[in-house]
Amino acid sequence: MSGQVDALYIYLLFVAAVMTALIFLAVTVLAIKYRRKPGVEAHQIEGSTILEIGWSVIPFGVMLTFFIWGAVLYFKERTPPADATEVYVVAKQWMWKIEHMEGQREINELHVPVGQNVKLIMTSQDVIHSFYIPAFRIKQDVLPGRYTTLWFKATKPGHYHLFCAEYCGTMHSGMGGDIVVMDPQAYAQWAAAGASAALHDTGKQLFLSLGCASCHRSDVQGRGPNLAGIFDKPVLLQDGRTVTADDNYLRESILDPTAKIVSGFKPVMPTFQGLVDEEQLNALVAYIKSLSPPAPGTAALQNAPAGAQYGNTQQQ
Amino acid sequence: MAHSQVTVTEHAEAHNPALRHHFADEQQQKNAASLGMWLFLVTEIMFFGGMFCAYLVYRLAHFNAFAAGSQQLNIYLGAINTAVLLVSSVTVVLAVKAAEARKRKQLVSFIVVTILLGLVFLGIKAKEYTDKFEDHYVPGATFHFDKPFDDNGKQIPVSSNAAQLFFSLYFAMTGMHALHMIIGCGLFTVLGVLAWKGHYTSGYFTPIENAGLYWHLVDIIWIYLFPLLYLISRHS
Amino acid sequence: MASEAIANPEPKTNYLTNGYGLKSWLLTTDHKRIALLYLISVTIFFFLGGFFAMLIRLELLTPQGDLMQADTYNKVFTMHGMIMVFFFLIPVVPAVLGNFLVPIMIGAKDLAFPRINLLSWYLYVIGGILILHCMLTGGVDTGWTFYTPFSTAFTNTKIIEAGLAVFVAGFSSIFTGLNFIVTIHRMRAPGLTWDRLPLFLWANYATSLIMILGTPVVAITIVLVAVERLFHLGVFDPKLGGDPLLFQHLFWFYSHPAVYIMILPSMGVISELITCFSRKRVFGYKFVALSSIAIAVIGFLVWAHHMFVAGISLYAAMIFSFLTFFVGVPSAVKVFNWTATLYKGSISYTTPMLYAFGFIGLFTIGGLTGLFLATLGIDVHVTDTYFVVAHFHYVMVGGVVMGYLGGMHFWWPKISGRMYPEAWAKLSALLVFVGFNLTFFPQFILGYIGMPRRYWQYPPEFQVLNVLSTAGASVLAVGYLLPMIYFLWSLRYGPIAEANPWNAAGLEWKTSSPPPTFNFDETPVVTWEAYNYDEIPPKELEVPVGS
Repeated sequence: MSGQVDALYIYLLFVAAVMTALIFLAVTVLAIKYRRKPGVEAHQIEGSTILEIGWSVIPFGVMLTFFIWGAVLYFKERTPPADATEVYVVAKQWMWKIEHMEGQREINELHVPVGQNVKLIMTSQDVIHSFYIPAFRIKQDVLPGRYTTLWFKATKPGHYHLFCAEYCGTMHSGMGGDIVVMDPQAYAQWAAAGASAALHDTGKQLFLSLGCASCHRSDVQGRGPNLAGIFDKPVLLQDGRTVTADDNYLRESILDPTAKIVSGFKPVMPTFQGLVDEEQLNALVAYIKSLSPPAPGTAALQNAPAGAQYGNTQQQ
Repeated sequence: MAHSQVTVTEHAEAHNPALRHHFADEQQQKNAASLGMWLFLVTEIMFFGGMFCAYLVYRLAHFNAFAAGSQQLNIYLGAINTAVLLVSSVTVVLAVKAAEARKRKQLVSFIVVTILLGLVFLGIKAKEYTDKFEDHYVPGATFHFDKPFDDNGKQIPVSSNAAQLFFSLYFAMTGMHALHMIIGCGLFTVLGVLAWKGHYTSGYFTPIENAGLYWHLVDIIWIYLFPLLYLISRHS
Repeated sequence: MASEAIANPEPKTNYLTNGYGLKSWLLTTDHKRIALLYLISVTIFFFLGGFFAMLIRLELLTPQGDLMQADTYNKVFTMHGMIMVFFFLIPVVPAVLGNFLVPIMIGAKDLAFPRINLLSWYLYVIGGILILHCMLTGGVDTGWTFYTPFSTAFTNTKIIEAGLAVFVAGFSSIFTGLNFIVTIHRMRAPGLTWDRLPLFLWANYATSLIMILGTPVVAITIVLVAVERLFHLGVFDPKLGGDPLLFQHLFWFYSHPAVYIMILPSMGVISELITCFSRKRVFGYKFVALSSIAIAVIGFLVWAHHMFVAGISLYAAMIFSFLTFFVGVPSAVKVFNWTATLYKGSISYTTPMLYAFGFIGLFTIGGLTGLFLATLGIDVHVTDTYFVVAHFHYVMVGGVVMGYLGGMHFWWPKISGRMYPEAWAKLSALLVFVGFNLTFFPQFILGYIGMPRRYWQYPPEFQVLNVLSTAGASVLAVGYLLPMIYFLWSLRYGPIAEANPWNAAGLEWKTSSPPPTFNFDETPVVTWEAYNYDEIPPKELEVPVGS
């Protein structure tokens, strides 16, 4: 994708250079050719509507090519492929905390295998930050209170700068890091070495320890909705609206349960705002997502629950 | 305000002492003042517009909480205030008419009534704010909201956070409006004193007209605030 | 005949000599004196903002943060931005040149509301004192854009005081705009129809529309931030379900049109300069006039192009990208029309004309790089980097300041009654042009290779370009200091200027240099088109052509 950004950039550079040269040339030539000479008067010209239309419409037409190409690129950049591996990112003043699905945690470093679509699900613990990888030509602001996403596919192993690109306080310029792109075997080794509990396993532990399982059951109808298979599906709410159960919905439902109550259920869920931090939230969301079938093409997560059974009944 | 140290005492023709000399004639001055005042009102509309924009965004996102919060407001006090302001706009119009008719005492009387009505409005607002404080609906550490949204009998619980957003906007918008009311009362107090001294019954009453325009705008803003804040989902 | 003088070219008193003493200046309602009051205060803030710029460039000579602490640096770039945007760029051309010229060009004795004009200067000064006090007692470190939630919940610097300063200065701006609109609508001299108005007036009119409609929105935004800090009315607080993006929308709704407040009056100046020094009516008068209005209107529809990576929806981004291209068209139209005006003209290379040439070149580059930023796929990479910093400095400094300096040189004889020294002025223009490009062109490259903005420290590979940029800044600084010196010098030692040293068209040249307090002895009656250079012979040449 970065190659495509560069291609577009070079196209714009070319057009801009040509326009600049034309204007510079025109002004220089005209300024010299029509410099003041004794006895020669200026020739009053009112204008030319044809010319005005011409030099409005034609540049606008050229600009439309910029727009279309740029919009197409942007659309691709903001549409992560369904088979992307997800990685959670939590930004805080002044560091990046990375959580892989298999449980590896990193600070200011993100290891990824080459040739693999990677989707970052990001949120901030405090102020607005921005996740910027210049080499990949991508950037996305990271906001408190919601998830934003960024995806990429690294094509060459190596180390690449990670910068925070939204001013966030004292050490904004120190909030840098490293994207480490590795060959698949090297990555597998790295992943195995740092393995700890998979994110969704951590989430499952939290789900049990925080008491979620007592209301959200899959065996019988509990006080809360059954969470199996709900991810990315439409949900009918009590006030008649229908929303999609995406990352942000799951997050919001844990922090502010009365905001969107599912139709047919009572508002008895307590809020967990202040009781879970961003990383625990990510783990819980990852766990609930793991209860839905993976998107077509995605490799199944290791140790993911085989079916939709979950809760505090017999599970590994 | 020295335009010149050399005073010009002769005039080509006599004119109203209120005519400022950079204008060609009284009509130009009146037109200029009028246009200037309307432009200022446009800035006030844009100023409040920012808050209306915030209201729009959050009401769309958190309708239930907004409705629940709205249902806790005192609709009777709000309605009385609306009536008070509407009447005060009438008295303002009557004041302008009195000035035009060069009736000094009438002008002053209507100004006084307008100010009194404005003070009644502010007094009722103060009562409402006190009630909200006692109910713990003032945003901040003491905020507590557990009322549901009564949707035609169906009790829908709402997010306390979103209700706090509603009340933040309620206080910001009505507070800013009240500030403008206070300014309006102050303006009319000054004009009332000058009117009593006879400044505006010689044919020149542009300040009365302009202050009237200001008052009408503040009134109209309330006409929008009242239904948006007090009347969300009050079917029954 | 059209070029008859309307006022006595050698009156006994002019606006400068009509009354001495502090009170006659501080309580003046003469728009010309108020313009000078603004000139002094705006210049002070320009150099203060420039001082902060110097500190920034010095720190950025080395990759490490070794000149000052990170927090100090953050405050320095914040204050640089706040002062330059709110206390220099927004008021400079309207409040200095506009205040001086609008009534005279209209054929009026003063603006519609002279006392409000004076009030607007005092509001500027009060805002200025507040921002100075804020700086001296700790300053702010949010960046001039003071995004939430950093500004509402995380920084403990003096946000409310800075916000109040900007709020008060904003009213100064609103009152100036209000005055201009009423003056242009209601006080035109007989015969001065809209299609005979000088383009400087069209430009200021369009600018005033933006001032009226846009400034109140940033005012309420500041109020909401203050109210969130003081009273915990958490309108932008994500913990309550509030939206930090709402702040950005409200902020940029003003701050984007604000940049058109900055550039439009300068564009108006350029129209005056190009016509006078090519001795020609501008090519496509109607189109240039209406393009100012078009920029003002469309400029209100593009604000979220500052938010393409902020988290707005895909489709919103596309709409704003498209509209942003659309707003580039009227600007391009102006550049083409100015260039076409040169064709078959009779061109002199005076200092104001050099600044006009400089403007066309630098604004072209600045404007074209705006197209890069409008292009979504590219903006994702270069937004929040030095590419944006370079872009806006090209249009703000290469555009607004060049236009302002050109205008100051052009109207200096009218304002002061003296001529500036031409050789020094040309040298300064050259230094400004060279210094400017050396300072800011490397920043385009820095941005594309990935250096983010507002960085106190940076990876070593960015150093060479930063050093180049700082070197350029020192040249630029000299270019700005020189006019300060020679303009002051000229007040005492400059040759006395005649009423119309350039033989220019326009009502301001038909009165003395400096003008009398009431501008004209009798209200002029206009029977000629704007830029009637076919009826005005050029000045006799004393200096060889093309010097």
